[in-house]
Amino acid sequence: MTSTIKFADIAVGTELPSARYPIDRLTLVKYAGASGDFNTIHWNERIATEVGLPNVIAHGMLTMAMAVRVVTDWVGDPGAVIEYGVRFTRPVVVPNDDAGVFLEVTAKVTDLLEANRAKIAITAKFDDQTVLGRAQAIVQLT
Amino acid sequence: MALNPDFIGRTYPAGPSYVVGREKIREFARAIGDSNPVFHDPEVAQRLGYSDVIAPPTFAIVVSLEAANAALFDPDLGLDFARVVHGEQTFSYARPICAGDELVVTTVIENIRTMAGNDMITTKGTITTVAGELVATATSMLVSRGADE
Repeated sequence: MTSTIKFADIAVGTELPSARYPIDRLTLVKYAGASGDFNTIHWNERIATEVGLPNVIAHGMLTMAMAVRVVTDWVGDPGAVIEYGVRFTRPVVVPNDDAGVFLEVTAKVTDLLEANRAKIAITAKFDDQTVLGRAQAIVQLT
Repeated sequence: MALNPDFIGRTYPAGPSYVVGREKIREFARAIGDSNPVFHDPEVAQRLGYSDVIAPPTFAIVVSLEAANAALFDPDLGLDFARVVHGEQTFSYARPICAGDELVVTTVIENIRTMAGNDMITTKGTITTVAGELVATATSMLVSRGADE
């Protein structure tokens, strides 16, 4: 593990570079295939609306995967992430159009821990509303 | 239908091993749109001290979920999958998953509770190599939405 970010160079409140990740129907099909999660609500509009959803929704795990990229891209070595957890609080609804939607992700250091570890709080928004609750990662810095 | 609370503490031993392929990691990284070279290029990964490409952090779910399903599909548990949504997910990592790893998962049902008519079940999968080295744990909380809404 060789983080490019040094523990000595960060403080509580340090902001990580934010990011904006596109999600469209093709993204969901690719994620279903790569992850093995073929739950129909992530690709079949008929089933999704039958169970009361406004439309097809993104896999929570896809949202979780995208959100931690602001941390792995920042820290240099993704292996520096030693803990990562989220609550799935709101679905990301993905319409059947060419535009898709965007996940807006910001993050900042909220705690400095022992042994050069830091806690990062992540905010992921779709349509100006947060979709993950208590999203946080702990990174091992050098 | 309420979940059977007798399942709390039940442990499901490791099933067949999961061999982590380099192309599978690349496919997963492409699917989440992540072009970080450490997920794609073995030489970059080796410069960081890994034997081969490493997997993005949430790839652990691919390994753990199949094992958890052995527990979750137990008909005596009473989980109705049509009503299930993913409530929470947490991973802790001893090290990243790496191409070439041969992994096994032991799953325990940590908790079952009912809140506001919804059943919540928490499973914890411990991912180790076949040699017994701890790699990661994956704790998943699933919510089974109550029928009487």
